[in-house]
Amino acid sequence: MNRMALRNVVNTQTVALVGVLLLNWVLFPGFFRIEWQDGRLFGSLIDVLNRGAPVAILAIGMTPVIATKGVDLSVGAVMAMAGAVAASLVVAGYPAWIAVSGALALGLACGIWNGILVALLDIQPIIATLVLMVAGRGIAQLVTEGSIVTFSDPTLVFIGTGSFLGFPMPVVIAFALMVLVTLAVRKTAIGLFIEAVGVNRSAATLAGIRSRLLLIVVYSISGLCAATAGIIVAGDIRGADANNAGLWLELDAILAAVIGGASLLGGRFSIPMSVVGALIIQAMNTGILVSGFPPEFNLVVKAGMITLILMIQSPLAGHILGWFGRGKRGAA
Amino acid sequence: MRASGAAMSIGKLGRSAVGESAFRMEARGVSKVFGAHRALDHVDFGLLPGEVHALLGENGAGKSTLIKILTGAYQPDGGEILVDGAPVVLNSPLHAQTFGIGTVYQEVNLLPNRSVAENLFLGHQPTRFGLVDRRRMERESRGLLARYGLDIDPGSELGLHSVAVQQIVAIARAVQLSGKVLILDEPTASLDRDEVRRLFEVIANLKREGLAIVFITHFLDQVFALADRVTILRNGKLVDTCRLDALTRTELVRKMLGKDISFSGSTSLKTERPTTEVLLNFENFGRRRSVRPFNLTVHKGEVIGVAGLLGSGRTEMARIMFGIDPADEGRATMKGAPVGLRSATEAIALGFGFCPEDRKADGILGELSVRENIVIALQGKLGWFRALNRDEQLDLAGQFGEAMDIRAASLDMPVKLLSGGNQQKVILARWLATDPAFLILDEPTRGIDVGAHAEIVRTINRLRDDGMALLVISSEIDEVVAYSSRVVVMRDREMVAELRGEDINPGVIVQAIATHGETAHHEAAT
Repeated sequence: MNRMALRNVVNTQTVALVGVLLLNWVLFPGFFRIEWQDGRLFGSLIDVLNRGAPVAILAIGMTPVIATKGVDLSVGAVMAMAGAVAASLVVAGYPAWIAVSGALALGLACGIWNGILVALLDIQPIIATLVLMVAGRGIAQLVTEGSIVTFSDPTLVFIGTGSFLGFPMPVVIAFALMVLVTLAVRKTAIGLFIEAVGVNRSAATLAGIRSRLLLIVVYSISGLCAATAGIIVAGDIRGADANNAGLWLELDAILAAVIGGASLLGGRFSIPMSVVGALIIQAMNTGILVSGFPPEFNLVVKAGMITLILMIQSPLAGHILGWFGRGKRGAA
Repeated sequence: MRASGAAMSIGKLGRSAVGESAFRMEARGVSKVFGAHRALDHVDFGLLPGEVHALLGENGAGKSTLIKILTGAYQPDGGEILVDGAPVVLNSPLHAQTFGIGTVYQEVNLLPNRSVAENLFLGHQPTRFGLVDRRRMERESRGLLARYGLDIDPGSELGLHSVAVQQIVAIARAVQLSGKVLILDEPTASLDRDEVRRLFEVIANLKREGLAIVFITHFLDQVFALADRVTILRNGKLVDTCRLDALTRTELVRKMLGKDISFSGSTSLKTERPTTEVLLNFENFGRRRSVRPFNLTVHKGEVIGVAGLLGSGRTEMARIMFGIDPADEGRATMKGAPVGLRSATEAIALGFGFCPEDRKADGILGELSVRENIVIALQGKLGWFRALNRDEQLDLAGQFGEAMDIRAASLDMPVKLLSGGNQQKVILARWLATDPAFLILDEPTRGIDVGAHAEIVRTINRLRDDGMALLVISSEIDEVVAYSSRVVVMRDREMVAELRGEDINPGVIVQAIATHGETAHHEAAT
């Protein structure tokens, strides 16, 4: 039992995360220092969690989508729209709960739209969600009328910058979502159905799975997660920036899911591992910043690290590792 | 010596062949092995200039393997290929082209968004000063198309034309590039009647010009309308090559389906009546462009065998019953109450199960475990929120895996690693776990080893004795006879006969498949 639990925790993703964190520590000795100030935790590690939260939240929604052999390119644009709607509503004098609900409802609507295009009209996911990726940012710009809408609503600002039990709110929200969505797919049959549809949609449908409804639900969850991330980012900067909020983050979210072990060909997925994937990406970003490397190196170093991680996960590497591991397993 | 060998095979292949050089193309004793599966076993095939040679066989008979060897897509594991009497090695379809062998597939694989002329000349465009001479290309295209009776603008986009025209363009390209042998792989599958006639005119013209043509189809009418000779394959082996004018339709079907089906005996042993309790009743049940309306009553505790050739509508019938392609005509009742059958989910809720013909495409969830593959249909029936936990899944998978004698190292290994026979058992176990009242099996024994085959036939008999109703589609006539209490025969997307009692014997079934229902439907003595 203990060995099972250990095997669930020790894998490529967690080893990679620890490796990146240790590398950060070598480059910047104060990396693991955590301080308690004004009722909350501070430190580089907390910073990794806090900055990584939006991508982690996107990855929580993206992972089931990828597991169905799909992809959701619209999440960055949905973030921008959600931020714009929330900001515009509080600026127009509505209370924060209406602004948040409005933004979430918009995310849900976007997800249902994507789901309908993919499930009912059988449009390839990459194209179907590309529509909203392009249009969404345009809509966000229309909502904000081309400018950055700033606000000072305390509740929205709290969502972006506040803290709970010492942890920054984005971290708390991301953690809660991770637990919630993981339980929702693993304590029900939804996770199995998602994997079945991703592996072979025709066979899954013939086995009685309502694959169309399932796809719509999966894209809806992704839309909701994206809207949540959008509210957090807007709260953090106290404003909605239609041009830059969530820009290119869909790619980080896909990357996080892939680092987390999800295959773009559909099938197996793990939401916690995708969150670890998001943290690996953020740990590299933060590491490059705190270590004093010129930021120009950022993208190149990141790409190199990711290539390394993906190579370790590739079928060829698995084959080689399996070859080495065979003797051990035979003895056990 | 080679000459004597050739004389021998010619003697076998046909009266019209008179000398060694008679064959334009020849395969001598070719074999092809995939793992443990022998896809092609010492098959001889000779193609004469100026003939249309039909290649027939059910799925898995080895047709496509033979074609792939003739076009150089596969290398044979044994035997040799001769073109104009000289042994050749064909490394690739492109290499085969240089020997004059061209192929046109069912799905036109040209470039639909380029012009007709570009498609005709792609890869060998006429050039002028190193540039494509568009004007000359279109002029030559026009002449070429005229030979095929096509009066279309060579500059127009290929994709704008009908599939039939695209098909003819593909033929024109293949003939122009190759010129000796033309292989047509189910060219008529997506054409309507007029288009087929047009295509046949083109093929007849090419034949008169001396081209050797291989024609693959599963429409017997088209074989008799077009072909001079026919080669029949079954389970990777050559059954026969013969002239069509010396062959009746019934003889042809018999060759396709059985080794030597005797018309005398071997009547079904299950003369006992099924329980009289009616489970399902299909009245005028049908779907446009799929299956003509049929009537069928299904009792508890009986196996209904479905016989018919590939493309006869047998699979389509199963898909309508299971709600995958919902019926648009007629009605269905279950124990007297009307049922909708609008989706697979709905059918499963009523206690239906369906093992599809194409195990890999529609059956197994390859990457998922044996356990998950077994529980998936039951979990689908239970819905999203009543999840079976891991222990329950293991119990179920263990229980039904054992009942079906599934040989897997572990219930947690991916199902794709199992053999075909074991995969089929997994899918059967999947449905048995749902405790179905009505189970549809589409070719449950195709492509699996002898042991698994026997196991599945035993299971069918056991389930019937337990009171389940089964509908089993199979092209193995002996098998259908062995387990069916009743046999329905499909032909040209229509149910043409319903045989019972003493009529359930291979002879009557073959007769019914080959000819219209009335002749085969003599009354059973009960």
